[in-house]
Amino acid sequence: MKTNFDFDQIPETGWCPGCGNFAILKVIKEALDELNIDPQKLVISAGIGQAAKTSQYINSNCFNGLHGRALPVATGIKASNPDLIVVAEGGDGDMYGEGGNHFIHAIRRNIDIVNIVHNNMVYGLTLGQASPTSRKEFKTPLQIDGVFSEPFNPIAVAISLGASFVARAFSGDMKQMKEILKEAVNHKGYALVDIFHPCVSFNKINNFKWFKDNTYYLNENYDNTDKMEALKKAFETDKFPLGVIYSNGKNKTFEENLIAYKNDKRPLYKREVDLEKIEKLLN
Amino acid sequence: MKNDISIVLSGEAGQGIRTVELLIIRALKNSGYNVFSTAELMSRVRGGNNTTEIRVSNEKIEAYVNEIDILIVLSKNAIFRIENRLTKDTIIIGQDNFIEEKYKNGQYIIKYIELSSLAKEVGGLIYSNVIIYGLLAGIFDVNINLLKESITKYFSTKGKEITDNNINAVIKGIEKGKELKLGIQVEKAEKIKNQVVLSGTESIGIGALAGGCNFIATYPMSPSTGVIHYLAKHSKEFGVVVEQAEDEISAINMIQGAWYAGARAMTTTSGGGFALMEEGISNAGMAEVPIVIHLAQRPGPSTGLPTKTEQGDLNLALYAGHGEFPRIIFTPGNFTDGIYLTQKAFNLADKFQVPVIILTDQFYIDSFQSIEPIDFNDFKLEYFVTKTDKDYKRYKNTEDGISPRGIPMQGDGFVRFDSHEHDEGGFITEYPDIRTKMVDKRLKKLESYSKESIDAEIIGSKNYKTLIIGWGSTYGVIKETIEKLNDNDLAFAYFKQVYPLPNNTKEILSKAKKLIIIENNATSQFGQLIKRYTGVEFTKHILKYNGMPFSIEEIIEKLKEI
Ligand SMILES: Cc1ncc(C[n+]2csc(CCOP(=O)(O)OP(=O)(O)O)c2C)c(N)n1
Repeated sequence: MKTNFDFDQIPETGWCPGCGNFAILKVIKEALDELNIDPQKLVISAGIGQAAKTSQYINSNCFNGLHGRALPVATGIKASNPDLIVVAEGGDGDMYGEGGNHFIHAIRRNIDIVNIVHNNMVYGLTLGQASPTSRKEFKTPLQIDGVFSEPFNPIAVAISLGASFVARAFSGDMKQMKEILKEAVNHKGYALVDIFHPCVSFNKINNFKWFKDNTYYLNENYDNTDKMEALKKAFETDKFPLGVIYSNGKNKTFEENLIAYKNDKRPLYKREVDLEKIEKLLN
Repeated sequence: MKNDISIVLSGEAGQGIRTVELLIIRALKNSGYNVFSTAELMSRVRGGNNTTEIRVSNEKIEAYVNEIDILIVLSKNAIFRIENRLTKDTIIIGQDNFIEEKYKNGQYIIKYIELSSLAKEVGGLIYSNVIIYGLLAGIFDVNINLLKESITKYFSTKGKEITDNNINAVIKGIEKGKELKLGIQVEKAEKIKNQVVLSGTESIGIGALAGGCNFIATYPMSPSTGVIHYLAKHSKEFGVVVEQAEDEISAINMIQGAWYAGARAMTTTSGGGFALMEEGISNAGMAEVPIVIHLAQRPGPSTGLPTKTEQGDLNLALYAGHGEFPRIIFTPGNFTDGIYLTQKAFNLADKFQVPVIILTDQFYIDSFQSIEPIDFNDFKLEYFVTKTDKDYKRYKNTEDGISPRGIPMQGDGFVRFDSHEHDEGGFITEYPDIRTKMVDKRLKKLESYSKESIDAEIIGSKNYKTLIIGWGSTYGVIKETIEKLNDNDLAFAYFKQVYPLPNNTKEILSKAKKLIIIENNATSQFGQLIKRYTGVEFTKHILKYNGMPFSIEEIIEKLKEI
């Protein structure tokens, strides 16, 4: 099905056959389309990595910047024009490794953006080193005796920092992934969607089957507004829960708190400069 | 009669010396005196020894002098660090127990004041600094109502009791100042009252606002932070988005997001922070994102001397970022230029879609001076954002290398910025031919800029044989030296744009028989740059890198050696 976010000519992607990114790309476009998002109003701020290349294959506005820096760019965009729908997208290395500090502070700010992280537990583009989310004992050409460090737990970190929407999806279930993404876009405030997906070339351990065997769906009665319950879920690793783990849209967003919008809701580019008033600063 | 008096206040951090400085320079200016002041601070919040130099003159002054005419001692251990700046004519004013015995052998003129007891009479030691404010006003000829007004304004949020006590303090100070009968009579001029007093920091802040800046993101670092404080203070009035970033890497990327979405954004930082921004600056080069960066230098490498001055980061600014891409670097030497150039920086960044760097330093940033009022009607706000059409191509190849820049939601096209090498549409490409074309396109923007490039300014004799070269904050000290020496063979070339080198560089250099370059660094970075581009040899490099600005005496001394 062709969406509003498809190019007339299908671009050649840089992904390997069987890569989980294909499903993620397809679902992002469909979710946005089904929400009737105007492509003119969408900006994808992406980093660098195989995951971040997704931005190249979506027909809308994009800022494909530096490795690790999609969140600061997204923050600048949203703060300058709150009318835009801003998605910050990248891989687990991009967002949790190189951009780890920005991840922490973007959550604290509660900017109204969707943060999509393609989590394949490996560095794909740079040919297979460990990522912050790699499991212990995962062997790579660099970690030849396997990974010793504790894996980074984005779900627990995000909830602890006060993230207002935290979800995990799996690229093997496109239907659920789409529902989660739609909810994330509709959510007011920072929304993290961590998407498990297999890297067919560099992660032979955490493959499609592994993700299938090691995940489960949150039960219908699960109350995702209960923060302590959500934290408990976040620490489950025997099997990882899939779904919206935490959601709370009560806090003010970054943009709503900005002084610049207190008396004037217009985006910055629409404002005039009052030189006469500035001249008065020189007394 | 001496018409140029230098006063130094010396005490501990936390004693409110800066408040005295802020108040007295405005009061003196409003009374018709030319003023200049510069603080020499230590990197601490309390204790240590801080000094501030205030100059009062009948002529325009904008430099640091070494010799002290009046030294005001506000604590113990406040003299030894500046001992070598005292002369037999120096008047030391202070409390008996603050002045060590060795200075009391008759080699200096000492005037004792009982500052602590005066302050206690008013309400406590906390009023000491305002008494000094009054004392200085009493030594000069400052109208008492003007002082009272300034106190009421300054302490307006502190309540009536504190304001009243401060007024009493200032009155006590004036009486004391007059009692000392120092016989100081600097000529006043009515027209100076119309001038404006500001700091280097304010010059950058006001320039930014006048350039339409409506977004600033910064990670705090001395001496650059004052600029974001200034914009924060005025953010309600002017609708500025002000954000403290989690680090400098975030700041430089945030402002690119801001420009992308149609804001006019800047960041302010110092050496270490700027170093962290390098990859981001390179991204602005590739993705052609306009950015404005204020880089206030302090001595490095590494943490260096956080509260001192140096011109050691010119090379950093020149070469920051991997890959080859154009940039513009301004180096204002006085606050009028600081305002004009910062204002212009936003127009140029918008037009040429390149990083524009305003390079200052601690001495520039932390000094105060009075300048002629500026006519803001001279300022033009030039916007270059275009409405996109359906087939909009972000990186369209054009004659002058400038591709029309659209922003999201303004038109029918999509705005695609890319950090990879890209085609005209902003999509990743690895084709060698496109790569070559795109590099050429980006570099062409520097040639296009050269038509608007800002010339170096010649100050002094038009028929010079010896030319002194300076850039940035050495402007004041070189200019004053030239004026003092009044030598027909001597001129000063003031570079307020160091990159690209101004169009008149070769011409002005070739007219001189001797070339002298003055820089507040150890390796003459600008000298090297000029030499690389023009091949000229300098007769002498006058360099200083101990953390302090040049004094006028020092420059005169060094010039005599030639
Ligand atoms: C500053 C910087 N350091 C390193 C790189 C090289 N690099 C590109 S992508 C990447 C990591 C890729 O892993 P991830 O973000 O998980 O994405 P994936 O390719 O697995 O989708 C690295 C290290 C870079 N582009 N920039």
